[in-house]
Amino acid sequence: MILPKLQHAPASRPGDRARTMKSELLHINMGPQHPSTHGVLRLFITTDGEVVHSVTPYIGYLHRCAEKKAEGNTYHQYIVYTDRMDYLSAMNSNWGYCMAVEKLMEINGMGVEIPEYAEYVRVIIAELNRIASHLIAFGTYGLDIGAMTPFFHALREREAILNIFEKVCGARLMYSYYVVGGVKWDIPPDALEEIELFVKLFPDKLREYNELLTTNKIFVERTANVGVIDEDLAVAYGCTGPVLRGAGVKWDLRKDQGYSIYDRFDFEIPVGGGDMGTVGDCWDRYWVRMLEMEQSLAIVEQALQQMPREGEIMAEMPRRLKIPNSEVFFRSECPKGELGFYILSDGGDVPFRCKVRSPAFHNLHVIEEVGAGQMISDLVATVGSLDLVLGEIDR
Amino acid sequence: MEAFQQMLSQAGWAQGMQPWALSGLAMLFAGGTILGGVAVGAMFFIWTERKVAGYIQSRYGPMYVGHFHGVLQSIADGVKLLLKEDIWPTDADKFLFRIAPLLVFTGAFLSFVVLPFGPDFVGASLDIGLFYAFATSSLVVMGVIAAGWGSNNKWSLYGAMRGAAQVISYEIPLGLAVLPVVMSVGSLNLGTLAEAQRGWLWSWHLFNPIFFVSFVIYLISSLAEVNRVPFDLPETESELVSGYHTEYTGMKFAFFFLGEYADMFVVSAIAVSVFLGGWYTGIPAVDAFVPAPLVFILKSVFLVFVQIWLRWTLPRLRVDQLMYVCWKVFIPLSLANLFIYGLIRSMVG
Repeated sequence: MILPKLQHAPASRPGDRARTMKSELLHINMGPQHPSTHGVLRLFITTDGEVVHSVTPYIGYLHRCAEKKAEGNTYHQYIVYTDRMDYLSAMNSNWGYCMAVEKLMEINGMGVEIPEYAEYVRVIIAELNRIASHLIAFGTYGLDIGAMTPFFHALREREAILNIFEKVCGARLMYSYYVVGGVKWDIPPDALEEIELFVKLFPDKLREYNELLTTNKIFVERTANVGVIDEDLAVAYGCTGPVLRGAGVKWDLRKDQGYSIYDRFDFEIPVGGGDMGTVGDCWDRYWVRMLEMEQSLAIVEQALQQMPREGEIMAEMPRRLKIPNSEVFFRSECPKGELGFYILSDGGDVPFRCKVRSPAFHNLHVIEEVGAGQMISDLVATVGSLDLVLGEIDR
Repeated sequence: MEAFQQMLSQAGWAQGMQPWALSGLAMLFAGGTILGGVAVGAMFFIWTERKVAGYIQSRYGPMYVGHFHGVLQSIADGVKLLLKEDIWPTDADKFLFRIAPLLVFTGAFLSFVVLPFGPDFVGASLDIGLFYAFATSSLVVMGVIAAGWGSNNKWSLYGAMRGAAQVISYEIPLGLAVLPVVMSVGSLNLGTLAEAQRGWLWSWHLFNPIFFVSFVIYLISSLAEVNRVPFDLPETESELVSGYHTEYTGMKFAFFFLGEYADMFVVSAIAVSVFLGGWYTGIPAVDAFVPAPLVFILKSVFLVFVQIWLRWTLPRLRVDQLMYVCWKVFIPLSLANLFIYGLIRSMVG
């Protein structure tokens, strides 16, 4: 990489003193091994004292050719690779991919009717995973700001969700639970009880988090009015998910695109309102996530009530899935934002091309614009509030 | 030190000894006692910190070494650190890199000399004890700067610069906060300051409204002075990796660690002797049979516990907010406090 030419920082204010006090810009690598870059993100920053002059993200340290691998694996085999994209919400990635394939089949008249029971299972598990993912976002954000305890409290509750997933599909991180046409296994009765218990207990924990961190004076001071991504900026950079909603845009594919059976549930789309500072600051993005956990919980609660006692978990599927030449682009609302799959089939049993539009990749870009001019501590706070997962950015 | 000298004479060691040799020997004994106390005390605080952090975060902390709740964990860690490889960064400033941990530890250790653990249980009863304690504890910042510069690491340098700015700034409110008490007692000797609080609980300086403001300013500033959350900016592990001691390994790192915990005790002990009644329990009848050092140490340990408690509860401030709190809030407040106290003194007499 060619370093930009070292230059003198522009004097902050005209006058003799400022002209004689020369300061040089400092080039620093933040990452790929750095505690607050949430993985192997490398931010190349130039700083003038504590103030960041420019930020350039460099990615690719976790690139595993996930898109290319789709071309050598059957439609079903590729599901395991979607696990490894956003590894904190693998269920949602699985689901997004499966829905894309189902849509592709539908286009070609091979329509699969997902059983109603399976749809409920899909919604419940996906929303639980959304809560788990947001819990990690909440906990690590606390770490970024310097509060360590919320992280442990968040992991404690995430553990309960992971235990449920372990009972449901045997895995705790890489689930591969959703398959084209339904889900792999039924929810066992004891896991269902655990979900009910979780729904009952979790609101109390949320209150605890809000007391511990959300309303903490120092936390508010650190996050309000920091890293403001306003509506125009968010839309221009293609930000989605809590980053877009934190900017005050009411956009959620679960309502606006209306996939699966989300129209049967009554839930809100929380948006940032600048409660503590400006609309679209770090606190807003953080707060949207906290509110979304509440909404996800409401969806799980309603789904548990509406769900039929038992039913088919999988539609009738051809043993070998071969899809004629056609293409599809399908987006779904993941915890980090919109996850899109573009699949091009050529009649074989593997996709001809699979392109993934990952939300964190697009959310990351905005750091170049927002990060410049901040202090180093604010940069950490801003990167944390974007809730990046490098597995998804690099794929 | 006098006590040691007396002990030595009683034991018959003093016979045929020059007076300077005797006092030198007593000095060595006193220094050794303090050094041992500092090391063991710091190890105890490290263990306490880990246990308290554990319980705050709904886990146990160390549980295995030493059978009972991992009491020997610190010793195991110490042995591990001793055996570790001593790594030098390429192009490190060898002299500064080596001297930094010693400066940090020495700064903390020197302050122990004037801490009044009891009426006659003090290393050296200096008339400028308080001033001396503040002066030696600012030696720590020299070590921090040396470490940051000597490591040849940009992140460490950031930590060092922050540390220097922070510690130097917070020394001002720290010093100003105790001045009203000094004015009232008329001495900088920590023992005399504690002595002035003899009697019932309400004779403690804490319960005087003016001194209470001083105490609050002192307590918060002392957190900044020892780089604890919410003012742990020199080490901010989420921003500067570990700040000034990122590049240190083995025993050099252990010295930083010991120094930090010793410093925590020092600022707490000063707070105890200036504001919290020193070695007095607050009930005159009890004072007669409770050993003074025990009371003093227990009170100090409680304040150390408060520091640990805050660390695991609060997020940290940003560097400009930190400076704002110091220069725009604490310094004017402590000056006003000092002024009001002086005014009252001059009017009431």
